[in-house]
Amino acid sequence: MVGYLVVLLLVLAAAAYWIGRTRAVASVNGDVARLHSLPGQHGMFLALFAAGPALLAIVLWSMVTPGIEASIITDRFSAELSGMGVPQVEAFIRDARAMAFGGLVGFADPTKEAAAAVYKSIHATSTWIIWAVALLLSASGFYWAYSRIAQAYRARHVVERVLRAFLIACSVVAILTTIGIVLSLIFESLRFFQQVPFYKFLFGTHWSPQSAFTGAGTEAGAVNQDIFGAVPLFAGTLLITFIAMLVAAPIGLMAAIYLSDYASKSVRAVAKPVLEILAGIPTVVYGFFAALTVAPYFRGIGESLGLSVASESALAAGVVMGIMIIPFVSSLSDDVINAVPQSLRDGSAGLGATKSETIRKVILPAALPGIVSAMLLAVSRAIGETMIVVMAAGLAANLTANPLEAVTTVTVQIVTLLVGDQEFDSAKTLAAFALGLVLFCITLTLNIVALRVVQKYREQYD
Amino acid sequence: MNIMTEASVEQKLSSGANEPSIKMKGEKVSVHYGEKRALFDVDLDVRENQVTALIGPSGCGKSTFLRCLNRMNDTIDIARVSGKITLDSEDIYDPKIDVVELRARVGMVFQKPNPFPKSIYENVAYGPRIHGLARGKAELDGIVESSLKKAGLFNEVKDRLLESGTGLSGGQQQRLCIARAIAVSPEVILMDEPCSALDPIATARVEELIDELRQNYTIVIVTHSMQQAARVSQRTAMFHLGYLVEEGATDKMFTNPDDKRTQDYITGRFG
Repeated sequence: MVGYLVVLLLVLAAAAYWIGRTRAVASVNGDVARLHSLPGQHGMFLALFAAGPALLAIVLWSMVTPGIEASIITDRFSAELSGMGVPQVEAFIRDARAMAFGGLVGFADPTKEAAAAVYKSIHATSTWIIWAVALLLSASGFYWAYSRIAQAYRARHVVERVLRAFLIACSVVAILTTIGIVLSLIFESLRFFQQVPFYKFLFGTHWSPQSAFTGAGTEAGAVNQDIFGAVPLFAGTLLITFIAMLVAAPIGLMAAIYLSDYASKSVRAVAKPVLEILAGIPTVVYGFFAALTVAPYFRGIGESLGLSVASESALAAGVVMGIMIIPFVSSLSDDVINAVPQSLRDGSAGLGATKSETIRKVILPAALPGIVSAMLLAVSRAIGETMIVVMAAGLAANLTANPLEAVTTVTVQIVTLLVGDQEFDSAKTLAAFALGLVLFCITLTLNIVALRVVQKYREQYD
Repeated sequence: MNIMTEASVEQKLSSGANEPSIKMKGEKVSVHYGEKRALFDVDLDVRENQVTALIGPSGCGKSTFLRCLNRMNDTIDIARVSGKITLDSEDIYDPKIDVVELRARVGMVFQKPNPFPKSIYENVAYGPRIHGLARGKAELDGIVESSLKKAGLFNEVKDRLLESGTGLSGGQQQRLCIARAIAVSPEVILMDEPCSALDPIATARVEELIDELRQNYTIVIVTHSMQQAARVSQRTAMFHLGYLVEEGATDKMFTNPDDKRTQDYITGRFG
């Protein structure tokens, strides 16, 4: 088992650390000050070379073997698989593997059992090979590094370099993941745009992909391109975002001003964390708060005023989303307002300005770029928010500017398109990727603009 | 008392004019920052149309005293001021006094130039606007121009009044701050080490300006530079550890101080 191998290597590394350390100390007869590097660094050096290459080999092995094993199987059973399509071959390999290593088997048959036996033997061989390779690498790495350890050896530099490489690898993983997500989004969207033209998607005003039945007189399987108009979704998203910002921007900003310039230290020490608790509430909780408390409340008010308010209204979803964003706005604005130097406040006070005059005429103008970027970040947060609107805004793709009606948003539609049993090659499901791509572009643009503005603002005072 | 008399005589002899009247008067001024006492019963007078320099080693209380004169210490939560300070015989810590009005009469220029991130014009117009000093645009323009002229900055910036004040050089920024203070027509201008962030040339320019401003304003300046105190001030007060050590005409303070500590500080033997 490879798991044992990893544990063994870790134990070896610990031992190598101790051995390297001891050897380094012994090489100068205990006079540690004469060593170029600290004993611990020699130990680390030996441990890294004893276990590092072997662990790397194991990682590579575990990434590569499933593919190799599958290709060997398809090779050996090419005669039996020749008549099958891609999904069947995949199912065949999946079942064979499940029989060999345990797991849910779809349909058992003799061919698959034979394949499973082959699978088992190949896997045993490859496990044996990785054990041998890993131990060999470990031993030679240990031997090579052990022979290096001496009074003048620069173990510290080697350790530092290895650490740097490790850190680079970690950040590369993060970046590659992002790129991978974006690429998959783009490719799936391209598949969608092959079926539905770009302009019909972006500028169409009719959205009902759930009713994607083939219209009368057309060939079965053809896609009705006119039901993928995303305009109502983006309109709904904008409407709800607008309502949310209408709530969050003034309240968040005022709260930030109070916290930064008016609140005493003790009030601030309590109020700021409490405000930030709002940010810690799961959005699902906000969602049912909106659906079960706020929406009926608005409907009640509407009825008493003689207005008809949908039980799932854009207003309720927007207001609750606004409440959710308040801590976001206030915390970011608080930071930028605090970043305005005290000397400007003193200067203004020294001219006989009152506190509110100082804030209105000096602090806010000075902090404006930062506040704007805080707002933009909040907007991109609101656009991407899903749970509240799923629960409170409704599913009907109405193209309306009336906040009392139910609207739907891009994120809600992505959820409804992908939830449940779906085939992943129909235009209906692929539409979700196209929506996701457009949404991603919008929030990315907002974030870039916001960060630019913040950067520019920082340069002014640092 | 003896010192004061001598100083007065000195003043009369040197200026050959009548004794200038007392503009601001501090009596037994003490300041606490929380538990810590920063100023001990300081009695100090500020005379009209003169430059009074406050000198002393760091942490001696000179800036603290300066900030009492326009109640800037009010902006610090833990600061507590006791004693009596008068402006034209009016107690400025009287509850009836409007601190906004006081600060319009006693302006302040800070250690680091702190122009607002607005245009040069807006920086100067800020004070007149909040106090409603100008009726109409033309009058405001006039105030801005005359303030910039008095601060000796007008010729340098007249073509770029609408550019940002933060884009000026350090010395120009400080003169802009002085112009900003002048624009509200204060009676007293407090300056807290106004040249400590400036190079020697800009410093010389500001010192000249201070000397010119003395004609129309009463000036109190905190400085770490002995030469500056000697150059620009008529009276000097020496602070040490929160106490006022000695106060008198600048000529006398720098040539023949009464207190050994003053002598040592001026000659650079302690501090």
